[in-house]
Amino acid sequence: MKRVITTTVINQSGVLNRVTGLLMKRQFNIESITVGHTEQPGISKMTFVVHVEDQRKLEQLLKQLQKQIDVLKVNDITDKAIVTRELALIKVLSPPAVRSEITSIIEPFRATVIDMSKNVITVQVTGDPEKVEAFIDLVRPYGIKELTRTGATAFVRENQKTPSQQLSIL
Amino acid sequence: MSVQVNEKHDQMKALGGDVEKSAAQGADVFIQSLQNEGVEMIFGYPGGAVLPIYDALYKNPIPHILARHEQGAIHAAEGYARVSGKTGVVIATSGPGATNLVTGIADAMMDSLPLVVFTGQVASAVIGTDAFQEADIVGITQPITKHNYQVKDVNDLPRIIHEAFHIASTGRPGPVLVDIPKNVSNEIFTLSEVKQTEVDLPGYQPTTSPNFLQIQKVAQAIQKAKKPLILAGAGVLHAKASEDLVKFVEQSKIPITNTLLGLGTIKGDHPQFLGMAGMHGTYAANMAICECDLLINFGARFDDRLTGNLDHFAPNAHIVHIDIDPAEIGKNVPTDIPIVADAKEALQSLLKLGVVTDGFSEWTDHLNKLTEEFPLFYRQSEEGILPQQAIEMIHKHTGGNAIVTTDVGQHQMWAAQYYKFNNPDHWVTSGGLGTMGFGFPAAIGAQLAKPKETVVAITGDGGFQMTLQELSLLQESQIPVKVIILNNQCLGMVRQWQQTFYEERYSESLMPSQPDFVKLAEAYDIEGYKVSTVEEADQVFEKALKSNKPVLIDCRVKQIENVYPMVAPGKGLHEMLGVKE
Ligand SMILES: Cc1cc2nc3c(=O)[nH]c(=O)nc-3n(C[C@H](O)[C@H](O)[C@H](O)COP(=O)(O)OP(=O)(O)OC[C@H]3O[C@@H](n4cnc5c(N)ncnc54)[C@H](O)[C@@H]3O)c2cc1C
Ligand SMILES: Cc1ncc(C[n+]2csc(CCOP(=O)(O)OP(=O)(O)O)c2C)c(N)n1
Repeated sequence: MKRVITTTVINQSGVLNRVTGLLMKRQFNIESITVGHTEQPGISKMTFVVHVEDQRKLEQLLKQLQKQIDVLKVNDITDKAIVTRELALIKVLSPPAVRSEITSIIEPFRATVIDMSKNVITVQVTGDPEKVEAFIDLVRPYGIKELTRTGATAFVRENQKTPSQQLSIL
Repeated sequence: MSVQVNEKHDQMKALGGDVEKSAAQGADVFIQSLQNEGVEMIFGYPGGAVLPIYDALYKNPIPHILARHEQGAIHAAEGYARVSGKTGVVIATSGPGATNLVTGIADAMMDSLPLVVFTGQVASAVIGTDAFQEADIVGITQPITKHNYQVKDVNDLPRIIHEAFHIASTGRPGPVLVDIPKNVSNEIFTLSEVKQTEVDLPGYQPTTSPNFLQIQKVAQAIQKAKKPLILAGAGVLHAKASEDLVKFVEQSKIPITNTLLGLGTIKGDHPQFLGMAGMHGTYAANMAICECDLLINFGARFDDRLTGNLDHFAPNAHIVHIDIDPAEIGKNVPTDIPIVADAKEALQSLLKLGVVTDGFSEWTDHLNKLTEEFPLFYRQSEEGILPQQAIEMIHKHTGGNAIVTTDVGQHQMWAAQYYKFNNPDHWVTSGGLGTMGFGFPAAIGAQLAKPKETVVAITGDGGFQMTLQELSLLQESQIPVKVIILNNQCLGMVRQWQQTFYEERYSESLMPSQPDFVKLAEAYDIEGYKVSTVEEADQVFEKALKSNKPVLIDCRVKQIENVYPMVAPGKGLHEMLGVKE
């Protein structure tokens, strides 16, 4: 199963290595990982998307992360009301003949064209990973020259009590 | 070793004060920080990157044991830590000095031994340039330390050292490595004094007090149980809770078994003790696990050598698991009553509740019958010494009171089976990593920690040759360790597996040529004996084990002899081989 896990860490040198090393040692598959500063100086947040076999493995993962001295907090937020965002940059082959067709795909995804050359446009798309995935699937037939994704970063929503209502805002 | 420590210590107390402030370099701060931690002795080996530290040590000594190989130093520190309950301290230089420690660090991590390991590092300015004797020891040891540090600023040294000792010795103990670049040792310390500041580690707050509701659940589960069993592991020793354990065992009248590393938590001849469980455990202990309806685990991590095939482990039991490390609970065995706590605190709350039972007589009668019917056994032999007999003789001549260290292999299992310990913290063996070469240096550390006790290193002829260079220390520092090599002229445990699982194809496990161990002992200026018959062994053991000098005994034992009973790898505890003659 796929889980979204966030950890708050003390921004010591080597902390990223420590956390990813631990995941490797315990044989967890990381799909994506993002790291960045938080509002507190010296404190960073990491968001991973990982695949785990079962509940027991998941529990191990959370406990082993929690055991790290530089890790302050670990949360599995998969089942919470969350907002997840990822950014992807995609170079799509777009000779003039198909360019307007591609542009028509870009619009509903609120993606933006950020660079253009004779036969290639570079598109930036942001959203939850499924949306990014869907967008990539749609432009793939045109030919993807290059692609890079940041991996997901996530927040738990402020209001957890009425998740269905909140979801409609998505 | 030096005796002038106290005097020097007082001098150093002033260090960092106005008078000597200007003189305080990183290396001096290092020494003072160790003194602040109450470090009694250091196990180490010098080299370029730690020259400033060794120079400061020269001027301001803490007793230092100069091992002959860094691996010897760290295993000695492990032995010291295991029997004393204190933190072992190791120093090595950068690069090869540091990498020579890796096995010992991994060993200490597996067996939860508190160590603080200091390594020198090349100067900060050249880190990352493949400088002479540079090794990324922080990266290398990251998965095998509880935590590690590289010191970047000399003013951080006192804090980091204090944190390192705190982390190593609290919660679930373990090794902490502190890597000190050479320039940091030379830099001038600019804070006003070297002192232990309050530890501030928001990400590290081990739980030690049990949840009382959970403790009540245990008491209720015991009242409901018909076939309860206690499993006591090394966590009980780390918690210094053996006395409480025995009280609880006697009060509740529940039978008890041990893991390999839990031996000594209860007397080997206690009537409720079933012997060790697991791969080479007793039949009664393993059957008790298979049949029990309640298993109360105090401080054992359900290692695979203990559990055998997990699908068949304690199939009928409610599982109570008391461990200070939450990550151990539920890791291998699903748990019904999890309790994150220090074993001593958990036992004391149980004792306070007062769990009195009527004694489960049907169950204990059944187990006693199993013990009677399927005891540990070996086939008497007319010629030569059987290794099991040798252990029994060592037991006899030390009255079960010696500190026994072992290496890894058959002799280790026989020592576990046949040496009945009277006391906790007298058994020093490498369990989790199974490190050959551990036993002899560990005995040196144990003897230094407990100078008055008899310390016997029981080793194989294979493993002894991995760290025998430490023989130098025995005469040099007057360390009266008794080395008894159970010499079967082969890598016995490997040979046994090849006999059992590879149709006697003894691939590279027979060692026909060996040094003359007696001459070797003499070369290191210690007494050496070779014994080949039971009578000789009995005489020599008696004399040697009462001597106050170091002794080495080459005890020739039967080559083809197997450790039984045995649970083959992948099998359940109910599928034991060799349970009866
Ligand atoms: C050749 C060979 C054969 C072996 N055969 C066997 C065998 O037959 N049977 C067997 O049992 N082992 C055997 N072993 C050893 C085995 O590999 C493990 O090392 C052993 O089972 C671990 O014992 P343990 O869980 O008690 O100790 P450890 O591995 O040291 O674990 C201690 C546990 O206690 C916890 N703890 C620490 N401090 C506290 C505290 N204050 N309060 C509460 N909990 C605490 C820790 O978190 C940890 O979970 C063998 C090893 C070798 C090399
Ligand atoms: C460093 C290391 N290398 C290899 C092994 C694998 N191994 C386990 S037991 C054993 C044989 C040990 O032989 P010996 O020291 O003579 O003891 P015996 O089994 O004969 O009592 C070996 C090679 C190990 N445990 N440790």
